[in-house]
Amino acid sequence: MVRVRLENVSKYFGRVAAVIDLNIHVRDGEFVALLGPSGCGKTTTLLMIAGIYKPSRGRIFFDDEDVTDLPPKDRNVGMVFQSYALYPHMTVYDNIAFPLKLKKTPKSEIDRKVREVARLLQIEELLDRKPGQLSGGQQQRVALGRALAKEPDVLLLDEPLSNLDAKLRVYMRAELKKLQKELGVTTIYVTHDQVEAMTMADRIAVMNKGRLQQFDAPEVLYNRPANLFVAGFIGSPPMNFVEGSVVERNGEYFFEAGGFKVRLPAELGRIGAERGEVVLGVRPEDLEIYRRDGLGGVEASIYVVEPLGRDSIINVKVDGTVLKILAPAEIRVEPGQTVRIRFKPSRIHLFDKKTGRRLTYS
Amino acid sequence: MPAKNRRTRALLRKTAKIIVIIVVAVIPAIPIWIMYAWLIAQSFSARVIQGILPSGFTLSNWRFLWTRVSTVYEAGLSIWPYVANTLYLALGVAGLVVLVSSMAGYALSRMEFKGRMKMMEFIIALHAFPSVILLIALFILLNKMGLYGRGYVTLTGIMIVKAGLEIPMASWIIKGFFDNIPWDLEWAALVDGCSRWKVWRYIILPLVLPGIGAVSIFSFLSGWSEFLLVYTYVSNEKLYTLPVLIYYLISDLESMPQWGLLTAMGLFYTLPVLIFFSTSQKLLLRIYVGGVKG
Repeated sequence: MVRVRLENVSKYFGRVAAVIDLNIHVRDGEFVALLGPSGCGKTTTLLMIAGIYKPSRGRIFFDDEDVTDLPPKDRNVGMVFQSYALYPHMTVYDNIAFPLKLKKTPKSEIDRKVREVARLLQIEELLDRKPGQLSGGQQQRVALGRALAKEPDVLLLDEPLSNLDAKLRVYMRAELKKLQKELGVTTIYVTHDQVEAMTMADRIAVMNKGRLQQFDAPEVLYNRPANLFVAGFIGSPPMNFVEGSVVERNGEYFFEAGGFKVRLPAELGRIGAERGEVVLGVRPEDLEIYRRDGLGGVEASIYVVEPLGRDSIINVKVDGTVLKILAPAEIRVEPGQTVRIRFKPSRIHLFDKKTGRRLTYS
Repeated sequence: MPAKNRRTRALLRKTAKIIVIIVVAVIPAIPIWIMYAWLIAQSFSARVIQGILPSGFTLSNWRFLWTRVSTVYEAGLSIWPYVANTLYLALGVAGLVVLVSSMAGYALSRMEFKGRMKMMEFIIALHAFPSVILLIALFILLNKMGLYGRGYVTLTGIMIVKAGLEIPMASWIIKGFFDNIPWDLEWAALVDGCSRWKVWRYIILPLVLPGIGAVSIFSFLSGWSEFLLVYTYVSNEKLYTLPVLIYYLISDLESMPQWGLLTAMGLFYTLPVLIFFSTSQKLLLRIYVGGVKG
């Protein structure tokens, strides 16, 4: 097990920058997710850690050893590809045994390890089959087995669950997490699915357009997103954003945008007022809906209701802007109805409109 | 009533389909099959009635396999040196084609370089040239290179020319097989601990083997059946290949050709073709269907 350290790593393909100035420290035994939309450079980063791509600039360390110039075979990493990349001409057994054979492991030892991994992943009865005869879920487990059999220092996973059906994906999410904790292997997991990243990872590195946006624990990303991108990418349904400005009246601070007028906590209001133009962000669950007048808040009209069973996403329109509100399913409202909505003051985020950064106060 | 109508129509359509298949696929093949059947029957018959109907069973037409036969062309002719010549040419062509086209196919499929597309179009254009129009130019070339009129060197020259004509198409076929191997597979092998060479040896080679097999069979057969180049450039009778030998045996009209012997030799000459096509049908189909499905 090792620590993985990326220092100022950049990767250019011709003139296109895929990864820019990336700094990530992964702790020993940690499960880190690289999260971002497609084309954000997360798979490129993974391939650089594996040694397939060489960084254009910067260094990569495993523990204190500089592995930047080492070929993949000398890095002892295990990798699961999105396509699984099983060798179609080999049986499942040979697929799993392949990395061990290359290491010149004795035959009896190979056999023991292959069977051990197969038992762990419950694919013992598949050992004689060829990959073409397996279902997607089975192939995925074989690929994982091949990566684990060599007892890698670092396990790299490139969207391993994206080709599975929804039900199996949810099941494998928990299985993978449990397996990773049991083995204690340092794991880097690439995904574009924020739910996968949130549920499985110890820490998440959110990337966009080749740059690291924020690298922190899931709850920190959720509750204190560093910028507009992270705020909008993490959470489903996504955070609501309203552009406007902060004004001061009689020592109180208000966020104003057309028909919006939201009172802000004093500290947040003060730094908001210094910026002038800001973006207000609030998560759907931090908005409350009232049917009666007289409780303050903002007047809104119901736009669409999306029932989810346990709760509903209620879309309301305030002065032309649609906000999503996560409300208990018991709240019955009809489209067109006028209601009032209230913002939980402590849950309001303000972002600098120019830089996109979240405004913080100590 | 309408249900019955529909059923009749479906039946009619099915019958029409079968008739079309018979007309298009089976009927044109009938004359060819009749000719082959005649050839086989003729080669085993002692006498021929009216030049058409075979009668009486004999193996004497096949005697060229174990004895020298006297022909108008050569008094004590043994077929084996000619078989050796033909094999030399065909195997040489196959070897050269596989060697060059597997490397060229890999480069065309895997490497990014300027003008790759143009190069591939150019390669296909090369294949379009019939060798007849190149005969004189090639003659001058071979002569200048000292590959003409010097025993087996002449056959080697022809081997190179023939391989050159086959390589473009073969490269394209093999490129298709390389295209079907995803990068992920190579990367996975690298991560699993392979060097580049081992990736080629353990992962890529087994997956393109059907392509290499198909290309080697095709080029072997085209070398085996090459007539024009040998007929034009080989003046030494000892270096004739089977197609040219058979041509001379047939075309000698001073005396009556021995038809029985000729049919047997003709069949003997087609044997490799028949064997290859019957054993490698699946492989050949994969060239057109493509894919490296496990």
